[in-house]
Amino acid sequence: MKELEYPFDSEYVLKKSKKIKRQLMEEGGSFISKKIAVLGGSTTHDIIRVLEVFLLNQGIQPVFYESEYAQYWQDVMFDNPELVSFAPDLICVHTSNRNITSCPKVTDSAEQIDALLEEQYEHFRVMWDKLAEKYHCPVIQNNFEYPFYRILGNQEAVYAQGRISFINRLNEKFYQYAREHENFYIHDINYMAAAYGLDKWSDPFYWHMYKYAMCMQAIPEFAYNLSNIIKSVFGRNKKSLVLDLDNTLWGGIVGDDGVENLEIGQETSMGQVYSEFQGYIKAQKDIGVMLNIASKNEYDNAVAGLNHPDGTLKPEDFILIKADWEPKSRNIVEIAGEMDILTDSLVFVDDNPAEREIVSTQVQGVAVPAIGTPEQYIRVLDHSGFFEVTKLSEDDTKRNEMYQANVKRKQQQQNFGDYREYLLSLKMQGTIKPFEAIYMARIAQLTNKSNQFNLTTRRYTQSDIEQFADSPDYITRYGKLEDKFGDNGVVSVVIGKKDDTVLHLELWLMSCRVLKRDMEYAMMDSIVEACEECGIETIMGYYYPTAKNAMVKEFYAAMGFEKIREEEDGSTVWQFVIPSGYEKKNTVITVNEGVQ
Amino acid sequence: MTREAVFEKLNEVFRDVFDDEDITVTDTTTADDIEDWDSLEHINLLAAVEQEFGMKFNMGQVVSMKNVGEMADIIINQIG
Repeated sequence: MKELEYPFDSEYVLKKSKKIKRQLMEEGGSFISKKIAVLGGSTTHDIIRVLEVFLLNQGIQPVFYESEYAQYWQDVMFDNPELVSFAPDLICVHTSNRNITSCPKVTDSAEQIDALLEEQYEHFRVMWDKLAEKYHCPVIQNNFEYPFYRILGNQEAVYAQGRISFINRLNEKFYQYAREHENFYIHDINYMAAAYGLDKWSDPFYWHMYKYAMCMQAIPEFAYNLSNIIKSVFGRNKKSLVLDLDNTLWGGIVGDDGVENLEIGQETSMGQVYSEFQGYIKAQKDIGVMLNIASKNEYDNAVAGLNHPDGTLKPEDFILIKADWEPKSRNIVEIAGEMDILTDSLVFVDDNPAEREIVSTQVQGVAVPAIGTPEQYIRVLDHSGFFEVTKLSEDDTKRNEMYQANVKRKQQQQNFGDYREYLLSLKMQGTIKPFEAIYMARIAQLTNKSNQFNLTTRRYTQSDIEQFADSPDYITRYGKLEDKFGDNGVVSVVIGKKDDTVLHLELWLMSCRVLKRDMEYAMMDSIVEACEECGIETIMGYYYPTAKNAMVKEFYAAMGFEKIREEEDGSTVWQFVIPSGYEKKNTVITVNEGVQ
Repeated sequence: MTREAVFEKLNEVFRDVFDDEDITVTDTTTADDIEDWDSLEHINLLAAVEQEFGMKFNMGQVVSMKNVGEMADIIINQIG
């Protein structure tokens, strides 16, 4: 909904949240439902009200638990039965500098201040440890914003007695904890308050009058930023940027003005703005955002523009460059198709409001930010939080390479008459094993973001995944696939629950980046092998239809299962009786060779 | 702005905030008269009124305000 996209009108959102919610619910669409506990050190009523509409807009339907006023710590430490029975999927700890119970005095010694720091930190640390142990779910914790007055003036951050110094040290300890603990994320309200304007953010009126940690008008920005972390944790980030060229990545029109007259580089003010923007986009690639071009241009002109000597972005930074005179909406759908991702994973960036309008009405789910004028492009994209980082994995930083390798594979495929011959030429090496510690994060990530090749679409947190791995009642397998063009990383996950001589497949998913590579056969072989080892004779498969997983409707038939039941809602149940002398289905991937 | 015009705008704000097109406020309207108007919604209501009229209530005013009539008085005093 346009009204909830950055830059939104905060006053409007605050005033009309009830109407907005009603409209979002009427529009329908598919939501994932999540139980979110908000544990506050200050009033949270309006935060929850506004957070709800932003989450709905991100496809997440929240059910909230709200702690009584300022009971965040007691609720956790004394096991509030309501919170325990609520069994949250995610917990937000909403504290602020108003919850620091004791700050250094100017007369305190360095040792006293160190002790105070430890005491304030421990108060939170014991609570976080308890949360992790009791609830096994993601926790989002606010850091502390700066105080709105300074006893020591400009030296407040210099001397240990200053409260800014104290807050900086305390925040650093929070960050340290976040670096060392999975499933624990910082909500950087210190940055939010600075970007908003600390004096306005911390208006004491709202604290003394209503016990709000920030001014009312800042709540939408706060809630939006929080909703970005939540959607990222639940695997709802965008994946790819589709960029226009003329007047988006450089000033001027390459076909009319010629490459030499484009504004890019340090010569002019406008050139500098575009250079900074190209640098920003290039850095997006490093965090795993896939870059593509959709431009109305002759292809040769587009590439010539990208080869401008002063440009930061080069043609090889992009996976697909669609430069022609087709409607952009069509090119964008093609880009999604060629990358095997859904259009709702895309963000379209174009300076031209008319192009944006067409794309946003023609292409399902694509984000189309109103990026404003060139000097505003970075702020709008950045604050929109499309690619909110919650975990920086090696997989993310390599993603562009992997997709580029995929495009190469597709090109090579055209040179082979026989598909099997092509698959063999890829020299694929698979690793298929029970879940291992180093892949838990990636496995959880996959269960939350795989929509198309996903038989049951069950979402799991990392702690769920760890519990399956530890349990003797489950058979778990992850699959990793490498070939001569590159490493695809972990791409398939299967979880089966044992019931005497039967295995129930609760989850079977695969990343679409390895479709038609026979990886699913290799996974099947591995599961059958595991079953044979522990005396399981029958495997039961389940298919639950969603808006997105029609491609696997007949998957179990292809795996040799027999359909034994079909429900009215389209769900199906499948059975596979393991024959004596099961013949391996995969003949093209070498599995677990050279690995221990 | 006339008192009538202020009340006309106040009606709009109340209808938006409580998402109820049937609300009409008068001098003597208080929180008891509107179902969803509790102390928490009050905060949002005041913020919306401030935005509508481009003014701010100070703490003293918020604390002492008794009904919509008094709210209108403060608004008229401030915006002239």
